[in-house]
Amino acid sequence: MDKKIILDVKNLSVSFGREEILKNLSFSVYEDEVLAILGPNGGGKTTLLKALLNIVPYKGEIKWKENIKIGYVPQRLNQIKDIPLNIKEFFELEDIKVEEILNILKILGLKEDVLFKKINELSNGQFQRILIGWSIVKNPEVLLFDEPLTGIDIGGQETVYNLLAKLKKEKKFTIIFVTHELSIVNNLADNVLCLNKQMLCNSPPEKVLNPELLSRLYSEEVKFYHHNH
Amino acid sequence: MDQIYLSLITGIFIGGAAAFLGTLMLPKKMTLSADPLSHLALPGVALALLYNKSIWVGAFPFVFVGIFLIWFFERKTNLSFEVLTAVIFSTSIALAFLFLPIEEAEEALIGDILKINFNEMIFAVILSLIIIFIAEKIYKKTTLINISEELALSQKINIPKYNLIYLILVGIIVVLGVKMVGGLLTAALVAIPAATSRNISKNLIQFKIISIIFGVLNSILGIYLSKILSLPAGPLIIIMSALIFLISVFKKK
Repeated sequence: MDKKIILDVKNLSVSFGREEILKNLSFSVYEDEVLAILGPNGGGKTTLLKALLNIVPYKGEIKWKENIKIGYVPQRLNQIKDIPLNIKEFFELEDIKVEEILNILKILGLKEDVLFKKINELSNGQFQRILIGWSIVKNPEVLLFDEPLTGIDIGGQETVYNLLAKLKKEKKFTIIFVTHELSIVNNLADNVLCLNKQMLCNSPPEKVLNPELLSRLYSEEVKFYHHNH
Repeated sequence: MDQIYLSLITGIFIGGAAAFLGTLMLPKKMTLSADPLSHLALPGVALALLYNKSIWVGAFPFVFVGIFLIWFFERKTNLSFEVLTAVIFSTSIALAFLFLPIEEAEEALIGDILKINFNEMIFAVILSLIIIFIAEKIYKKTTLINISEELALSQKINIPKYNLIYLILVGIIVVLGVKMVGGLLTAALVAIPAATSRNISKNLIQFKIISIIFGVLNSILGIYLSKILSLPAGPLIIIMSALIFLISVFKKK
């Protein structure tokens, strides 16, 4: 492969106090690749994203391409409902101009009149699309997503999913997303990283999505919870 | 200038600035912290009253030393902001009641804006304008931090810097508020107008402007009523703002 490496991770470990969340992870991500991080709850998926964003302290090495622009879509933004903020103002927090916002709305498949809607008047699916739009408006090279489909009803999931597929095709982003849903992995990802505290696989979805590996990945969850009781 | 105008102008500026800052404190769930912070001022107020100085002379150093100590102990001990505030503010109150001349307690506890002099008015107006100006400068980034620290970090926003500026603004407004409504009621100056505005505003601009309008209106109503009824202004300002808040609850869509 002559594609450029955009992210190189070596021997990454993260602990909170005594608890080890991630252990000895090494992997690379290439330009335009869509990488899914798959694993059970408590397996360290979100922590891995945060380490990549340099939000949590870690050991080991995380090397991004120089001066890379990263867009990030967090899992939940509970606090945002405390603030009476309309969509236009949400984008303006980052000094985005109206024309650019309208452009993004078109890509998101949302009508212009959404501009003056309050954030807490949106459905979860609409809000998720707005968040995605917010993260791509400054044209980042990489997008990091935490559970893009969680908490959205089936209809909403499909629109968000279609949006991701469209972005992958048209915009040539490198996308790294965290999920526990197999269907989206199968359809969207070029590569899958299975994570349950340690890395259990790192290969294309057709090799990963077999019963044996999945049961290994998710049965660790059972053991993990047993230890804690 | 007539005493009533001095009081009104001071009240309008402090009330407006406090209400504006309140719109940043409300999403942080920090409006209540204005109260213990204002208790920090009490020993300083007591000393100022003893030596016949403006209470601001005493209040300023005490509030900022208190905030510094909370910040310092937070780093040293890993205890939360909340519990350290409890430690420091109760100590402050205890100290205050050792010194506070009991006949002056009322001024310290519920404020006395009707006795304000010209220099104090100028001081309050300038500081209020500085608060509004700086708060507007940090408004967008602080709002982003309020929405999600992670999102803010991913945009490379220097969170400690913005939090420090914000905390200094809160410190200043608390000190100004002590003169207006005393060391017991300052949280109301930041909390009630912002909460009222939150009930009826549809967007961020309305949230800010309506909050300022109510902050100003509460001061005017409270000070006028105080003149008419010969009751203390501080509590009346708060009661007027509570009434308006009540109306906004039923106006809420």
